[in-house]
Amino acid sequence: MAKIEITPAMRAVVGVESPPWTHEVTTTSVRAFARGVGYTDLVYFDEAEAKKRGYRSLPAPATYFGTPIFIPGKSNDTFSNPMLPGPRLEHGLKNVLDGGAETEYLEDICAGDTLTVTSQVADLTTRETKAMGEMLIVTNLTTVKNQHGRVVARQRSQGLFY
Amino acid sequence: MPVTWDAFKEGDEIPVLKKKPGVTQLVKYAAGGGDFNPLHHDFNFPQSKALGSIIVHGRFKYAALGELVSSWLDHGGRIQKISCQYRGMDFPNQEMTLGGKVVRKYEEAGKKLADLELWAKNEKGQNTTPGSATVRIDR
Repeated sequence: MAKIEITPAMRAVVGVESPPWTHEVTTTSVRAFARGVGYTDLVYFDEAEAKKRGYRSLPAPATYFGTPIFIPGKSNDTFSNPMLPGPRLEHGLKNVLDGGAETEYLEDICAGDTLTVTSQVADLTTRETKAMGEMLIVTNLTTVKNQHGRVVARQRSQGLFY
Repeated sequence: MPVTWDAFKEGDEIPVLKKKPGVTQLVKYAAGGGDFNPLHHDFNFPQSKALGSIIVHGRFKYAALGELVSSWLDHGGRIQKISCQYRGMDFPNQEMTLGGKVVRKYEEAGKKLADLELWAKNEKGQNTTPGSATVRIDR
Protein backbone atom coordinates (compact mmCIF):
# COMPACT_ATOMS: atom_id res chain seq x y z
CA MET A 1 0.00 0.00 0.00
CA ALA A 2 1.37 3.45 -0.95
CA LYS A 3 2.43 5.50 2.03
CA ILE A 4 0.90 8.99 2.30
CA GLU A 5 3.59 11.63 1.86
CA ILE A 6 3.31 15.15 3.25
CA THR A 7 5.20 17.12 0.61
CA PRO A 8 6.88 20.54 1.06
CA ALA A 9 4.12 22.02 -1.12
CA MET A 10 1.53 20.68 1.32
CA ARG A 11 3.52 21.96 4.32
CA ALA A 12 3.60 25.42 2.72
CA VAL A 13 -0.20 25.64 2.97
CA VAL A 14 -0.12 25.39 6.77
CA GLY A 15 -0.82 28.74 8.46
CA VAL A 16 -1.93 30.56 5.30
CA GLU A 17 -5.20 32.33 6.14
CA SER A 18 -7.92 32.20 3.50
CA PRO A 19 -9.65 35.29 2.18
CA PRO A 20 -12.84 36.03 4.13
CA TRP A 21 -16.29 34.74 3.24
CA THR A 22 -19.66 35.87 4.52
CA HIS A 23 -21.97 33.60 6.48
CA GLU A 24 -25.51 34.81 7.06
CA VAL A 25 -27.44 34.12 10.23
CA THR A 26 -31.10 34.76 9.50
CA THR A 27 -34.30 33.65 11.18
CA THR A 28 -34.92 31.32 8.23
CA SER A 29 -31.43 29.83 8.35
CA VAL A 30 -31.52 29.33 12.13
CA ARG A 31 -34.89 27.58 11.85
CA ALA A 32 -33.58 25.36 9.04
CA PHE A 33 -30.55 24.26 11.07
CA ALA A 34 -32.57 23.76 14.25
CA ARG A 35 -35.14 21.75 12.32
CA GLY A 36 -32.34 19.69 10.75
CA VAL A 37 -31.00 18.68 14.15
CA GLY A 38 -34.46 18.04 15.57
CA TYR A 39 -34.69 20.85 18.14
CA THR A 40 -38.16 21.56 19.50
CA ASP A 41 -37.16 24.40 21.86
CA LEU A 42 -39.21 27.34 20.57
CA VAL A 43 -36.36 29.75 21.26
CA TYR A 44 -34.79 28.69 17.93
CA PHE A 45 -38.03 29.22 15.98
CA ASP A 46 -40.17 31.92 17.58
CA GLU A 47 -38.77 35.45 17.89
CA ALA A 48 -41.01 36.42 20.80
CA GLU A 49 -39.81 33.36 22.70
CA ALA A 50 -36.18 34.19 21.91
CA LYS A 51 -36.56 37.72 23.26
CA LYS A 52 -38.36 36.44 26.34
CA ARG A 53 -35.37 34.16 27.02
CA GLY A 54 -32.91 37.04 26.74
CA TYR A 55 -31.69 36.90 23.13
CA ARG A 56 -31.78 39.69 20.53
CA SER A 57 -33.40 37.31 18.04
CA LEU A 58 -33.32 33.55 17.36
CA PRO A 59 -29.99 32.29 18.77
CA ALA A 60 -27.75 30.17 16.56
CA PRO A 61 -27.94 26.57 17.83
CA ALA A 62 -24.66 25.18 19.16
CA THR A 63 -22.21 24.40 16.29
CA TYR A 64 -24.09 26.59 13.77
CA PHE A 65 -22.01 29.47 12.34
CA GLY A 66 -24.53 30.79 9.89
CA THR A 67 -24.89 29.66 6.31
CA PRO A 68 -22.07 30.52 3.89
CA ILE A 69 -23.31 32.56 0.95
CA PHE A 70 -23.68 30.13 -1.96
CA ILE A 71 -22.56 31.31 -5.39
CA PRO A 72 -22.58 28.69 -8.19
CA GLY A 73 -19.07 28.40 -9.55
CA LYS A 74 -17.53 29.91 -6.42
CA SER A 75 -19.01 27.53 -3.83
CA ASN A 76 -18.44 23.78 -3.52
CA ASP A 77 -21.65 22.17 -4.70
CA THR A 78 -21.39 19.23 -2.27
CA PHE A 79 -20.27 20.86 0.95
CA SER A 80 -21.50 24.43 0.24
CA ASN A 81 -18.25 26.01 1.41
CA PRO A 82 -16.58 28.68 -0.72
CA MET A 83 -13.75 27.55 -3.01
CA LEU A 84 -11.38 30.37 -2.17
CA PRO A 85 -8.25 31.37 -4.05
CA GLY A 86 -5.00 30.55 -2.35
CA PRO A 87 -2.68 27.58 -2.01
CA ARG A 88 -4.57 24.27 -2.24
CA LEU A 89 -3.71 21.17 -0.29
CA GLU A 90 -3.09 18.70 -3.14
CA HIS A 91 -3.01 15.31 -1.45
CA GLY A 92 -4.74 13.30 -4.19
CA LEU A 93 -6.76 11.26 -1.71
CA LYS A 94 -10.32 10.64 -2.87
CA ASN A 95 -12.22 9.86 0.30
CA VAL A 96 -12.82 12.01 3.35
CA LEU A 97 -14.27 11.41 6.77
CA ASP A 98 -14.90 14.03 9.42
CA GLY A 99 -12.59 13.42 12.41
CA GLY A 100 -14.14 15.83 14.85
CA ALA A 101 -14.19 19.41 15.97
CA GLU A 102 -13.54 21.70 18.90
CA THR A 103 -15.40 25.02 19.13
CA GLU A 104 -14.80 27.94 21.44
CA TYR A 105 -17.50 30.61 21.83
CA LEU A 106 -16.74 34.15 22.91
CA GLU A 107 -20.15 35.77 22.28
CA ASP A 108 -23.71 34.85 21.33
CA ILE A 109 -24.51 34.48 17.65
CA CYS A 110 -28.11 35.36 16.74
CA ALA A 111 -30.29 35.82 13.66
CA GLY A 112 -29.53 39.22 12.21
CA ASP A 113 -25.78 38.73 12.54
CA THR A 114 -23.55 38.76 9.48
CA LEU A 115 -20.43 36.73 10.08
CA THR A 116 -17.08 36.96 8.34
CA VAL A 117 -15.26 33.66 8.32
CA THR A 118 -11.66 32.82 7.48
CA SER A 119 -9.88 29.52 7.77
CA GLN A 120 -6.42 28.04 7.55
CA VAL A 121 -4.82 24.65 7.69
CA ALA A 122 -3.42 24.54 11.20
CA ASP A 123 -1.79 21.10 11.12
CA LEU A 124 -1.02 18.14 8.83
CA THR A 125 -0.19 14.69 10.08
CA THR A 126 -0.64 11.04 9.12
CA ARG A 127 -1.98 8.23 11.24
CA GLU A 128 -2.17 4.47 10.77
CA THR A 129 -5.70 3.30 11.67
CA LYS A 130 -7.06 -0.22 12.11
CA ALA A 131 -10.26 0.37 10.15
CA MET A 132 -9.18 2.53 7.21
CA GLY A 133 -5.42 2.06 6.88
CA GLU A 134 -3.19 5.10 6.70
CA MET A 135 -4.98 8.44 6.76
CA LEU A 136 -3.95 12.06 6.26
CA ILE A 137 -5.30 14.20 9.10
CA VAL A 138 -5.85 17.84 8.20
CA THR A 139 -6.69 20.20 11.06
CA ASN A 140 -8.44 23.40 9.99
CA LEU A 141 -8.79 26.50 12.15
CA THR A 142 -11.86 28.61 11.36
CA THR A 143 -12.21 32.13 12.81
CA VAL A 144 -15.68 33.67 12.97
CA LYS A 145 -16.11 37.44 13.38
CA ASN A 146 -19.40 39.28 13.64
CA GLN A 147 -20.51 42.51 11.97
CA HIS A 148 -18.84 44.51 14.78
CA GLY A 149 -15.46 43.01 13.89
CA ARG A 150 -15.26 40.92 17.06
CA VAL A 151 -14.25 37.27 17.07
CA VAL A 152 -17.32 35.41 18.29
CA ALA A 153 -16.11 31.83 17.77
CA ARG A 154 -13.17 29.70 16.71
CA GLN A 155 -13.32 26.11 15.56
CA ARG A 156 -10.65 23.50 14.98
CA SER A 157 -11.91 20.64 12.83
CA GLN A 158 -10.27 17.52 11.49
CA GLY A 159 -10.64 16.00 8.04
CA LEU A 160 -9.42 12.42 7.65
CA PHE A 161 -8.38 11.72 4.04
CA TYR A 162 -7.71 8.25 2.64
CA MET B 1 -36.00 24.93 33.72
CA PRO B 2 -32.84 27.01 33.37
CA VAL B 3 -29.88 25.43 35.15
CA THR B 4 -28.64 27.13 38.31
CA TRP B 5 -25.27 26.87 40.05
CA ASP B 6 -26.76 25.19 43.10
CA ALA B 7 -28.72 22.62 41.15
CA PHE B 8 -25.86 20.26 40.28
CA LYS B 9 -22.59 18.85 41.60
CA GLU B 10 -19.56 17.10 40.17
CA GLY B 11 -20.41 13.55 39.18
CA ASP B 12 -24.01 14.34 38.22
CA GLU B 13 -25.19 13.11 34.87
CA ILE B 14 -27.31 15.46 32.76
CA PRO B 15 -30.64 14.29 31.24
CA VAL B 16 -30.12 12.02 28.21
CA LEU B 17 -31.19 12.89 24.68
CA LYS B 18 -32.24 10.11 22.31
CA LYS B 19 -31.94 10.50 18.54
CA LYS B 20 -32.95 8.02 15.86
CA PRO B 21 -32.55 9.91 12.58
CA GLY B 22 -33.94 8.30 9.44
CA VAL B 23 -32.85 9.30 5.96
CA THR B 24 -35.46 12.07 5.86
CA GLN B 25 -34.08 13.67 9.02
CA LEU B 26 -30.59 13.52 7.50
CA VAL B 27 -31.98 15.26 4.42
CA LYS B 28 -33.36 18.02 6.66
CA TYR B 29 -29.97 18.29 8.32
CA ALA B 30 -28.21 18.42 4.94
CA ALA B 31 -30.52 21.26 3.92
CA GLY B 32 -30.02 23.14 7.19
CA GLY B 33 -26.29 22.58 7.41
CA GLY B 34 -25.28 22.58 3.74
CA ASP B 35 -23.59 19.16 3.66
CA PHE B 36 -24.97 17.43 0.58
CA ASN B 37 -22.35 14.67 0.59
CA PRO B 38 -24.20 11.68 -0.99
CA LEU B 39 -22.58 9.51 1.72
CA HIS B 40 -25.41 10.76 3.95
CA HIS B 41 -28.44 10.26 1.69
CA ASP B 42 -27.58 8.10 -1.36
CA PHE B 43 -27.23 4.35 -0.74
CA ASN B 44 -25.87 3.94 -4.31
CA PHE B 45 -22.98 6.36 -3.87
CA PRO B 46 -19.70 4.41 -4.17
CA GLN B 47 -18.44 5.44 -0.71
CA SER B 48 -21.82 4.44 0.82
CA LYS B 49 -21.67 1.08 -0.94
CA ALA B 50 -18.13 0.49 0.30
CA LEU B 51 -19.24 1.22 3.88
CA GLY B 52 -22.39 -0.90 3.51
CA SER B 53 -24.82 1.97 4.14
CA ILE B 54 -25.19 5.70 4.22
CA ILE B 55 -23.94 7.12 7.49
CA VAL B 56 -25.12 9.89 9.80
CA HIS B 57 -23.22 13.16 9.29
CA GLY B 58 -20.56 13.59 11.94
CA ARG B 59 -21.69 17.20 12.24
CA PHE B 60 -25.22 16.02 12.99
CA LYS B 61 -23.88 14.19 16.03
CA TYR B 62 -21.84 17.22 17.07
CA ALA B 63 -24.93 19.41 16.77
CA ALA B 64 -26.90 16.82 18.74
CA LEU B 65 -24.32 16.94 21.54
CA GLY B 66 -24.81 20.70 21.42
CA GLU B 67 -28.55 20.19 21.77
CA LEU B 68 -27.93 17.85 24.72
CA VAL B 69 -25.92 20.48 26.61
CA SER B 70 -28.18 23.37 25.56
CA SER B 71 -31.25 21.50 26.80
CA TRP B 72 -29.62 21.03 30.20
CA LEU B 73 -28.58 24.70 30.37
CA ASP B 74 -32.03 25.84 29.15
CA HIS B 75 -30.53 29.30 28.58
CA GLY B 76 -29.41 29.63 32.20
CA GLY B 77 -25.85 29.74 30.92
CA ARG B 78 -23.81 29.42 27.76
CA ILE B 79 -21.59 26.86 26.09
CA GLN B 80 -18.02 28.24 26.12
CA LYS B 81 -16.39 25.25 24.46
CA ILE B 82 -17.70 22.05 22.94
CA SER B 83 -15.77 19.36 21.17
CA CYS B 84 -16.18 15.83 19.92
CA GLN B 85 -14.43 13.17 17.90
CA TYR B 86 -16.05 10.80 15.43
CA ARG B 87 -14.66 7.48 16.55
CA GLY B 88 -17.35 5.28 15.06
CA MET B 89 -19.88 5.54 12.30
CA ASP B 90 -23.59 5.78 13.02
CA PHE B 91 -26.29 4.53 10.69
CA PRO B 92 -29.83 5.77 9.98
CA ASN B 93 -32.76 4.40 11.95
CA GLN B 94 -30.58 3.28 14.84
CA GLU B 95 -31.11 4.88 18.21
CA MET B 96 -28.31 7.00 19.64
CA THR B 97 -28.37 7.83 23.33
CA LEU B 98 -26.55 11.06 24.04
CA GLY B 99 -25.51 11.85 27.59
CA GLY B 100 -23.05 13.74 29.71
CA LYS B 101 -21.56 14.00 33.17
CA VAL B 102 -20.29 17.02 35.11
CA VAL B 103 -16.62 16.24 35.75
CA ARG B 104 -15.57 19.58 37.21
CA LYS B 105 -17.39 22.52 38.80
CA TYR B 106 -15.26 25.63 39.39
CA GLU B 107 -14.92 29.40 39.30
CA GLU B 108 -12.36 31.15 37.15
CA ALA B 109 -11.88 34.84 36.35
CA GLY B 110 -15.19 35.69 37.99
CA LYS B 111 -17.14 33.11 35.95
CA LYS B 112 -18.95 30.05 37.25
CA LEU B 113 -17.97 27.16 35.02
CA ALA B 114 -18.48 23.45 34.63
CA ASP B 115 -16.69 20.89 32.49
CA LEU B 116 -18.68 17.99 31.11
CA GLU B 117 -17.73 14.70 29.54
CA LEU B 118 -20.15 13.87 26.70
CA TRP B 119 -20.99 10.73 24.76
CA ALA B 120 -23.23 9.33 22.06
CA LYS B 121 -23.81 5.62 22.42
CA ASN B 122 -25.18 3.41 19.68
CA GLU B 123 -27.61 0.52 20.15
CA LYS B 124 -24.71 -1.74 21.14
CA GLY B 125 -23.72 0.67 23.92
CA GLN B 126 -20.55 1.79 22.08
CA ASN B 127 -19.61 5.45 22.40
CA THR B 128 -19.14 6.49 18.78
CA THR B 129 -18.81 10.19 19.53
CA PRO B 130 -16.88 11.03 22.69
CA GLY B 131 -16.90 14.71 23.52
CA SER B 132 -16.52 17.38 26.14
CA ALA B 133 -17.86 20.81 26.92
CA THR B 134 -17.18 23.77 29.19
CA VAL B 135 -20.25 25.78 30.16
CA ARG B 136 -20.69 29.09 31.94
CA ILE B 137 -23.56 29.19 34.45
CA ASP B 138 -25.25 32.55 34.79
CA ARG B 139 -27.70 31.89 37.62
